[in-house]
Amino acid sequence: MRLKEKIIEGILLLCAAVSILTTIGILWVLISESSVFFLKVPLTEFLFDTQWTPLFAEKHFGILPLVAGTVLTSFIAIVVALPVGLTIAVYLNEYAPKGFRKFIKPILEVLAAIPTVVYGYFALMVITPFLQQIFPQMAGFNALSPGIVMGIMIIPMISSLSEDALYAVPKSLREASYGIGATRFQTSFKVLVPAASSGIVVSVILAISRAVGETMIVAIAAGQQPRLTLNPFVPVETITTYIVQVSLGDVVQGSLEYQTIFAAGIALFILTFVLNNISFYVKKKFEEKYE
Amino acid sequence: MVKEMATDKLNAKNINVFYGQAHVIKDVSMSMEANSVTAFIGPSGCGKSTFLRCINRMNDYIDGFRMTGKMLIDGQDIYKKKVEVEALRKDVGMVFQKPNPFPKSIYENVIYGLRIQGINNKSVLDETVERSLRQAAIWDEVKDDLNKSALSLSGGQQQRICIARTLAVEPSIILMDEPASALDPISTAKIEELIHELKSKYTIIIVTHNMQQAGRVSDKVAFFYIGELIEYSETKELFINPKEELTQNYITGRFG
Repeated sequence: MRLKEKIIEGILLLCAAVSILTTIGILWVLISESSVFFLKVPLTEFLFDTQWTPLFAEKHFGILPLVAGTVLTSFIAIVVALPVGLTIAVYLNEYAPKGFRKFIKPILEVLAAIPTVVYGYFALMVITPFLQQIFPQMAGFNALSPGIVMGIMIIPMISSLSEDALYAVPKSLREASYGIGATRFQTSFKVLVPAASSGIVVSVILAISRAVGETMIVAIAAGQQPRLTLNPFVPVETITTYIVQVSLGDVVQGSLEYQTIFAAGIALFILTFVLNNISFYVKKKFEEKYE
Repeated sequence: MVKEMATDKLNAKNINVFYGQAHVIKDVSMSMEANSVTAFIGPSGCGKSTFLRCINRMNDYIDGFRMTGKMLIDGQDIYKKKVEVEALRKDVGMVFQKPNPFPKSIYENVIYGLRIQGINNKSVLDETVERSLRQAAIWDEVKDDLNKSALSLSGGQQQRICIARTLAVEPSIILMDEPASALDPISTAKIEELIHELKSKYTIIIVTHNMQQAGRVSDKVAFFYIGELIEYSETKELFINPKEELTQNYITGRFG
């Protein structure tokens, strides 16, 4: 009996260890490979050079254009997703009949289940041509179209998590507001949204983190031209797209070009790691507030 | 409109309430004069809170809620289609069982009702805050900390902030749903004293579990039992000389 317990405990520990060891392993590879890279390229060049051309004859290793591409597409995504997602959350929480809410929530979450490659082609073949009718100067590959589509993709993340946060606001606050003559709209935006703000912030940060790490949509529709710009109409390249580009190409293993993807990878890792930690911190604060 | 109603602040006629299939208020009729304090007593689940919440239509959002009968305030049926429920709730304020200040400053809590009406004039707001907090007998305790979070106050203070918040929009009726049940004896005494003072300007209806409290604060008492209004009379009369055996049994503590 004792032995059986021990064995079960060991198996459980092993399962837990797999995920932790994988994380450590990835970190190890990222750090060791990129350290080789940083021995050849000074960190200052990596951080401050405004060009990223590792695959060209004249090589520059400034990460800024890739960061700009990533930030731009993610920013567009959040500009689309936050108002829509929050409105949906408020609607589901305060206006929608209970039966309708039960019915509509799973459907919304289907949006998150669509393969991103489908989203990517949707951006390239549908949204971009549509936008080009409005903005004729827009290039075939650009930041705007995949940004919007990524926004659509992360709407359910924001609406679902925000709805949970709104739902968790004590009923007594709702009653206090209605009891003094507030409308549903006033109750929603003057009491519930502020009271749920930390939960909403968490949902937004997680959504940003998702957008920053998104690969397929931007790889298909944003182009592959690292460019330090905030112009949404021209082709850009995100960190993730660059990694795909090099991984798929015929770059020699162990070469400097090859090691750039680990440097880009660690930059991406740090970005999402910081975002996730901020959300974790905000969430902890939030929990303290409501006992 | 029938003449005699005009003298009554509130007139409930044959009120029946259903939650789905459950018949929770059974043919209750009663009237209240202006500037009086009426206490609703009765065991848990007797319908006294439900009835109270019919007076400012707080039950409207509950799934399956259905009401028949007429609820007249100043002779006007508040369940008529054209009645704006927001305006009604401004006129019929409510104080809840658990203090429920917003996670905002004391100042913003008190003027919430004005803000939602679009009143942003600083001097009007300042005056309202001072008047309401004085009326709620908490001005001296918080006047130097108006920008502090209302959540930092004690439970008793929070409840008086909530009363001030209700008073700020100048209602004519105040509904109190066991306003002191979550408070300590000293805070309870303060709230009761407050009810005495507010009576001169407002019509107050208070739900309470505490019969001593009902005896101390009210002019009239209504005893509810399983959805029915069993007895409704002057406070002294009801406690000293109840007409119904059920009332007698309840107030002497034979069941609760």
